Amino acid sequence: MKPKIITKNDFGAWVDSLIKKVGVVGVKEKEAGKFHFAPLETAAELRLDYDVTITPPKKFIQPPKEILLMFEIGNDKFKAKAVIEAKELVLLGVHPYDMKAINQMDKVFTDDNKETNYLERRKNITIIGVDPVNASKWGFWHDMGAATVDKGFDLWLTDLGDRYYVEAGSKQGEKLLSSAKTNDAGKTDSELQKEARLNLKSLCKPERKVKATVNELPSLFGNSYESTVWEEHAKKCYSCGSCNLVCPTCYCFDVREDVDISLKSGRRIRYWDGCLLEDFAMVGHGDNFREERGDRFRHRLFRKYSYMVDKVGDIACVGCGRCSSVCLPDITDPVKIINELKGGK
Amino acid sequence: MTESLYLPKQAKIKSVATLNTTEKFFEIELDGGKPLGHKPGQFVEVSVFGVGEAPISISSSPSRKKNGFDLGIRKVGSVTGAVHNMKEGDVLGIRGPFGTHFPYEEIKGHDVLVVAGGIGLFPARSIIQHLIDNKKDYGKITVLFGAKNPSERLLPKELGEWKEQLELLETVDKADDTWKGIVGVITTLFPKVDIDPKRTYAIIVGPPIMYKFVLIECKKKDIADSKIIISLERRMKCGVGKCGHCQMNGLYVCQCGPVYKYSDIKDVREAL
Repeated sequence: MKPKIITKNDFGAWVDSLIKKVGVVGVKEKEAGKFHFAPLETAAELRLDYDVTITPPKKFIQPPKEILLMFEIGNDKFKAKAVIEAKELVLLGVHPYDMKAINQMDKVFTDDNKETNYLERRKNITIIGVDPVNASKWGFWHDMGAATVDKGFDLWLTDLGDRYYVEAGSKQGEKLLSSAKTNDAGKTDSELQKEARLNLKSLCKPERKVKATVNELPSLFGNSYESTVWEEHAKKCYSCGSCNLVCPTCYCFDVREDVDISLKSGRRIRYWDGCLLEDFAMVGHGDNFREERGDRFRHRLFRKYSYMVDKVGDIACVGCGRCSSVCLPDITDPVKIINELKGGK
Repeated sequence: MTESLYLPKQAKIKSVATLNTTEKFFEIELDGGKPLGHKPGQFVEVSVFGVGEAPISISSSPSRKKNGFDLGIRKVGSVTGAVHNMKEGDVLGIRGPFGTHFPYEEIKGHDVLVVAGGIGLFPARSIIQHLIDNKKDYGKITVLFGAKNPSERLLPKELGEWKEQLELLETVDKADDTWKGIVGVITTLFPKVDIDPKRTYAIIVGPPIMYKFVLIECKKKDIADSKIIISLERRMKCGVGKCGHCQMNGLYVCQCGPVYKYSDIKDVREAL
């Protein structure tokens, strides 16, 4: 599909029609200056000028709570049924860094063992991304190479003032857009879009400058395993797991049973889990393979900058800055840690 | 649509043997007697609906049983506790087999030293049975087994049978009146075995604390790091490389473990 132009008025009408037809999760203002992904009731609620959302859109792709099995209880019978929750949905307003994180999750749940629960749900989600026009005070996505993204989305929007420039990333996206009133983009539109992309660099605040390149991060971390940085930061860690909770590339989970009051049936449910929580690596007889806060703190950061590179082929930090903004003792800011490591700590 | 990774297969308990106050031994068969298709050293996720799932090492070799497999289970938590309350004929769920296996092909033509501590004997039994059943393929087989006390000496009848088939040395940490054998931790047995490091593979399975000390003994015997095979325990929740609980630095133990060559993980800092 050639790039299209849609006026903001026509865009609103189209989003309203999608809300009626399939259901749209988009970015809304939750309270003054704080945004979240939530189901839209009308296109007027949409805030595509947001800086960052409190939690990433992953909650619609890998929900915090998901039923995996329904079963009946009893040692004399085997009655269990797999559950796949995969509702059709349009996810509207995804920023490039969050798109990059979703692409990494796609790889994790596709490689080795394909996970039907994730993949069926993902297949039914149409993603409409948008170039940011604002960045939060914590964001450093530009330095993480996540200011733009080239795959995973179905449609991508760039704000050109009174209209959006729309590119398709898939047939699914083209089909969705076919119900909108659009025109082919002209040469000026394409030039304006390129210019908007170039301006992305200036959105992240200068004080959020990362003093290492993306390519040198795995070895910077690899050589810093014994650094005092981890313990210095972690001694103030509450092990609350907030950094896990808001991270777009954290996907670890726990599985627990939920038994009906009759004690005859129940569900096996997957919940988000976090490697900063104390019992994350504990086994049945009580041995805890990551008992110390410092070890858990380091593990999370190593997952982002070192370990996951082998698994997903990329740094698993997209620079959204959410962990920095929610950390109560203010110890987990990756920019500060990377710059300390780079400074020789 | 491929089926869910998380739906267990139906299985039945064929027999239960109580070994002591905390360990029971179960013979399991999948529905319809279908083979599990495992290799020695792999594990399964055992499911009790309403309680949960737990990773358990498979205790038998496929060379021994065509249509079933054994699980030796220590009662430590809710799932293992629930399995302990089950009886012959009861039904449970099985996912797997998962993980890597003891390299029984690679070690062909070599002597094998198996070192098992405590309930490490359960997973070790899978390779010991394989070695006995394929004796012509291997050289001298030596098994060292250490238990905390004589009452925790697992599978005494089978230990007796092994004595006929291979060299078995046993020790207990703490003796009682019934015990006439060697007393001391498992490393006590090492000076008593004579091995040729050039033609020996060591296979070590035991509690986390045991590895460091046994590895020192293996080094004293000059066994190369690439000929030391260890099986590691971690919290394997999903078994399919997704949930993250079993991660040891960058490695997902449920995928590239639990069985490793020492040479492959000696620089993995969280390994031992």
